[in-house]
Amino acid sequence: MTKQRKLILLVGALIVSSFLIYANFFFDPYVLRILNLIAIYMSAALGLSLINGFTGQFSLGIAGFMAVGGYAASLLTLPISVKESIFFIRPLIWPFNSLELPFIVGILFAAVMTAIFSFLIGFPVLRLRGDYLAIATLGFSEVIRVVSTNTITITNGALGLKGIPAFTNIWWSFGFAGFSLFVIWRLINSSYGRAFKAIRDNEMAAEAMGIALFKNKLLAFVIGSTLAGIAGALLAHLLTAIDPAMFRFFLTFNVLLMIVLGGMGSITGAVLGATIVTFLFEFLRYLDSPMEWGFITIPGAPGLRMVIFSTLLIIMILFRRQGLMGDRELSLAWIEKSFSRIFHRRGGGNGNS
Amino acid sequence: MTLTHFFQHLANAVYLGSLYALIAIGYTMVYGILRLINFAHGELLIVGAFIAYYGILIFHLPWWLSFIIAIALGALVGMSLERVAYRPLRERGAPRISLLVSAIGASFFLQNLGLVIIGGRHKSFYRPPFFAQTLQLGDVTVMNFLFILPIITIIILGIVFLLVYRSKTGMAMRALAKDYPTARLMGININRIIAYTFALGSALAAIGGIMYALRYPAIHPLAGVLPGLKCFIAAVVGGIGNVPGAVLGGFILGMLEIMGIAFFPHLAGYRDAIAFIVLIIILSFKPTGLLGEQVVEKV
Repeated sequence: MTKQRKLILLVGALIVSSFLIYANFFFDPYVLRILNLIAIYMSAALGLSLINGFTGQFSLGIAGFMAVGGYAASLLTLPISVKESIFFIRPLIWPFNSLELPFIVGILFAAVMTAIFSFLIGFPVLRLRGDYLAIATLGFSEVIRVVSTNTITITNGALGLKGIPAFTNIWWSFGFAGFSLFVIWRLINSSYGRAFKAIRDNEMAAEAMGIALFKNKLLAFVIGSTLAGIAGALLAHLLTAIDPAMFRFFLTFNVLLMIVLGGMGSITGAVLGATIVTFLFEFLRYLDSPMEWGFITIPGAPGLRMVIFSTLLIIMILFRRQGLMGDRELSLAWIEKSFSRIFHRRGGGNGNS
Repeated sequence: MTLTHFFQHLANAVYLGSLYALIAIGYTMVYGILRLINFAHGELLIVGAFIAYYGILIFHLPWWLSFIIAIALGALVGMSLERVAYRPLRERGAPRISLLVSAIGASFFLQNLGLVIIGGRHKSFYRPPFFAQTLQLGDVTVMNFLFILPIITIIILGIVFLLVYRSKTGMAMRALAKDYPTARLMGININRIIAYTFALGSALAAIGGIMYALRYPAIHPLAGVLPGLKCFIAAVVGGIGNVPGAVLGGFILGMLEIMGIAFFPHLAGYRDAIAFIVLIIILSFKPTGLLGEQVVEKV
């Protein structure tokens, strides 16, 4: 890494962290919450992007893994007294009912649990291709939701978990988003990443080149799902309440929209997509509630937001299939080039005058 | 379980099986030609049911006329869906995954448009007396439509077979399912045949939707999602693209769902997971489904 690149990275990190420090102290809780959501969805979108975009394995199961992560972490971090009060139908089973662990342990447990789940699910499912894979992962995601509705002694059934301590703050969410960014970036630019992309571009050619298809697919699937699982854990500790209905296909749809919008084969695209979609989702919230414009009152239409989002998805796929970024990245080299272009132009101007 | 109970459950299972079969036929035909999971198929069910509902409620049509109009309009909605969301992608040679994303988008669009226009409250579907009459067979009491639907399914199956295997359009459909460029060279108008297929599939979906609403009369804009997914699974289990396979898959799924819960009542909460578990088992052992052909991949 050249000195110049280090400088750019340092400046970028400084700008982001000073913005976050400023946000943490001066923004109101609502805005902070949106920022947190953006960072959490960013991690989930990066995870899905690794599976769908970089490895070309179209998975629709991200909501299921977020559910696993959310439940796993919350079961450890929920205070014992709260556990006793919310599990009033049937008590919580043994190891969890006497545990109250710090957040980091919960996160790690969530990571381990989603890794195990995604390994067990990926093992049979990743033999399938294309839309079969899509429907099978969607199926597993639904099965996870149905199971979590029924295993009352672990998940409290349809009532869900309430009173989860609100541990997620700007440092956790953005810290993890940065971590995911780093992991995916390093991974994509390694020999593994090149193998993933080869599988995406042509499975048979990749196999002929000696790439172990199944192993690489499974690796991408487990890493991507685990990132989403941790995102689920952070989400649970941001919202402080989770229930199975939260993890419907709807959630997968949102994350999918993010990566389609941003560009399926681009890290920058996933980040951009997560930011835009989360922001729009909050910004357009007024569409779902009644409006008063002077003397005209427009009744709110729940679902109008989703009509707009699904139209956005269709328009995007019809007219700009590759998404905003395609598979380009906002890379350091690009920043350098544009900077030097600006400086050179200015320098040239000075020379002439 | 007494014998009476068993027969009662059996009647329900046959009903659900033929319902699934009916919808799965539409799925399988569309997939066979387009290689596309029409995610919005489940929404087409509900479109059909709601058109029938409003035909009776607002326009005071006799139920049979309302049903026929619903089926026709359902076919029209399916055709426009194909025109707007799928055809542009197909003509530009987009990868299949893009089509899938577009289909997911279309499905969410229809669901939420339904929520905006109709609202999220459950509507109770009108049961014509002809369907609602009960029949007493020994100790088993069943409603009329429990018998009517399997008969309708058989009739429709016959019509579909005639269409697909004995008509010129059907021959064109089968040619398209095999090979696009060659079919085009043989003078087949691809767009028209695909539009016909969508119309037929959507009409079947509308019939299925009405039958679903007769059985479970509380209809709701999102009520089509789960039956839609299950019927897709039925089509996959039977071997997608294969009409008899879709019927077989539909019956297997319907039987398992009703009988599984009948024999193991404490698993009732897992009812919606059964279809997915069957799917995963079938795909792991026979990825092309029970009656599907083995597809050899060409380089």
